[in-house]
Amino acid sequence: MSQPQDTTATSSGEMSSESPTESTAAANAPSAGASTGRSLLPSNTLLRHLLVLLLCAVVAVVLLESTDQFTNSQLAQLSYYAIAAGGLTVLTGLNGQISLGHGALMAVGAYTTALFLEAEEPLPLPVVLLVAVLLTTLVGALVGVAAARLHGPYLAGATLALAVGLPGLALYFREWLGGEQGLRVRAPRAPEAFDGFIGFVSGNPASNTKWLAYLGAICLLITFFLLANLARSRVGRTWRAVRDQEVAAELAGIDLGAWRVLAFVVSAACAGLGGAVLALVVRLAAPSGFTLVLSLALLTAIVIGGLGSLFGALLGSALLVFLPPFVTDLGADLGLNNTEAAQLAPFVYGVVLVVVMIFAPAGVVGSVRLRWRTWRARRAASAAGRA
Amino acid sequence: MQQFVNVTLTGLISGSVYAAFALALVLIWRSTRIVNFAQGSMAAATSFIALALIQSGWSYWLALVVALVSGFVLGAVVERVVIRPVEGGPELNAVIVTLGLFIAFQALIAIVYGSSFESFPAPFGLRGFSIGDTTIALTPNSLYVLGAVVVTMVGLIALFRFTRVGLAMRASAFGQEVARLLGVRVGRMLTLGWALAAVVGSLSGLLIAGGGLVWPAYMDALIVFGFVAAVLGGLDSPVGAVVGGLSIGLALAYVSAYIDPALVNLAALVILMVVLLVRPGGLFASSTARRA
Repeated sequence: MSQPQDTTATSSGEMSSESPTESTAAANAPSAGASTGRSLLPSNTLLRHLLVLLLCAVVAVVLLESTDQFTNSQLAQLSYYAIAAGGLTVLTGLNGQISLGHGALMAVGAYTTALFLEAEEPLPLPVVLLVAVLLTTLVGALVGVAAARLHGPYLAGATLALAVGLPGLALYFREWLGGEQGLRVRAPRAPEAFDGFIGFVSGNPASNTKWLAYLGAICLLITFFLLANLARSRVGRTWRAVRDQEVAAELAGIDLGAWRVLAFVVSAACAGLGGAVLALVVRLAAPSGFTLVLSLALLTAIVIGGLGSLFGALLGSALLVFLPPFVTDLGADLGLNNTEAAQLAPFVYGVVLVVVMIFAPAGVVGSVRLRWRTWRARRAASAAGRA
Repeated sequence: MQQFVNVTLTGLISGSVYAAFALALVLIWRSTRIVNFAQGSMAAATSFIALALIQSGWSYWLALVVALVSGFVLGAVVERVVIRPVEGGPELNAVIVTLGLFIAFQALIAIVYGSSFESFPAPFGLRGFSIGDTTIALTPNSLYVLGAVVVTMVGLIALFRFTRVGLAMRASAFGQEVARLLGVRVGRMLTLGWALAAVVGSLSGLLIAGGGLVWPAYMDALIVFGFVAAVLGGLDSPVGAVVGGLSIGLALAYVSAYIDPALVNLAALVILMVVLLVRPGGLFASSTARRA
């Protein structure tokens, strides 16, 4: 990521649009809002993120309790996309490395979960999820070590090969991993306490779908909380330095390779958790669920939301969940049959990738933020002119 | 022994197709420093055009010509409309755009033709020649594949070596500004380069389809193999792409025959990783080592 990378940097969201001097300033004053004193949020980063986490948790509960069963399952879907996309946006947006292999990494998490839940007396769910994350992290570290030396098209090609190649393992170890049919996942039942909680909050029946949706939401909130802290910390700043100014970063004593591997590892851990939640929600881990289209869909999510922005990743994931039913209905109205209409969603992903990259490479969040800043700067300038 | 010979022959034949595909990638890389990940989908699109024509009663050869011409047009249009705005920009943007095209074309084929598997006719017989009383894995069709690839390569070499257009294309790939100062229409040369690459890509798509099944994603594996072959040859060198393609073809044929067909794609990944880690410039890198 030598010199041409700079242009992405200036156009991809807040975390990215800071020039080196600005980001040191940003370390002292975590957000522009806090420094001008107009924000209601505390200026301490951890405290602010905790507050946001709490707010989001309340919003999640309200959202899950005020919607029906079907929407609940859609939200569960949203959570696993968002977990994986959050990891990918940290990798691509903050560290400048692209990965088309996240679909395959999700497969690692999903298969691990399926295998561990198959046991006669499965381990408690959090342990299974943790094991899935750890194993994916391990695979991610292996890939990351190779990826750290690559950039741009080379990295894209290598991870593309990963996405196309890894599902072959499921076919090779047919007896163990179920071949083309894959593994059915026995999702564990909701604990007693959950029934009590739902009864207390809303009085709705506590179905298994609801339990899985809550599980996804909890995983999502934890992941995003950790990622947000990481992005705001020394680690995040170093990643940005590695992305924007290779030479300067190296001169400052930063080991480029090690930090790139770390970014890949963190990102892979998220993909593993995303895959584990996917396995629980879909109740199946099969090669057909982890095609190249999944990897490219994740890429679409983070590109449209804005590279490097967690909120953007969430927005993009919402698009991945709510767009396909919409366009499929549209296709059916236009007289396409089911299989043809099902292809409209990937078609839209592709068109969106191209259009966003040409017209608004900063994505939704980045573009809005850019407008907002320009507007504020202009207002400040005109105020200064009057004074 | 007989199996070994047959596997080697199969590997060489498919390797020659990978070589042609890798060559198409190299053509684009040399002129615009972009790896066209949409190459496979574009080739699949033109093969489906050919298939539709053949199914409606056209001859194979007429359909082939129409497919190659539509590949030419498609390549030119894609470069002019979609790639031009991101050319010379951040490398990640161009990568993402070609990936977008990749998935969009693939989905478009599935929308228009459906996602089912269709058999694609071969222009020549698919029965192996016999030597004595053993049949070897060399068929009239595979000779045609080999011949088509060789003719294409000779044609490209002739174009680049002996014509004014070829000289202009090499000049604009070598130094855009200098070429522009000397009166070369660089923009047009880039468009032409993409169009030619799309023709070569389409041809390899048609060759690999002949006598087999096609479905919208049938080129997914080929884009990986082509990329691995191109990287093996250094991404910059046409000769490297050919040698890389043949080696990949052989290696994958041996993996498929002696280990397990399910591991072919994984083997491609392993080869790619080894090459990138041990010799990132490829076997035939002409320029100085790339800064990783």
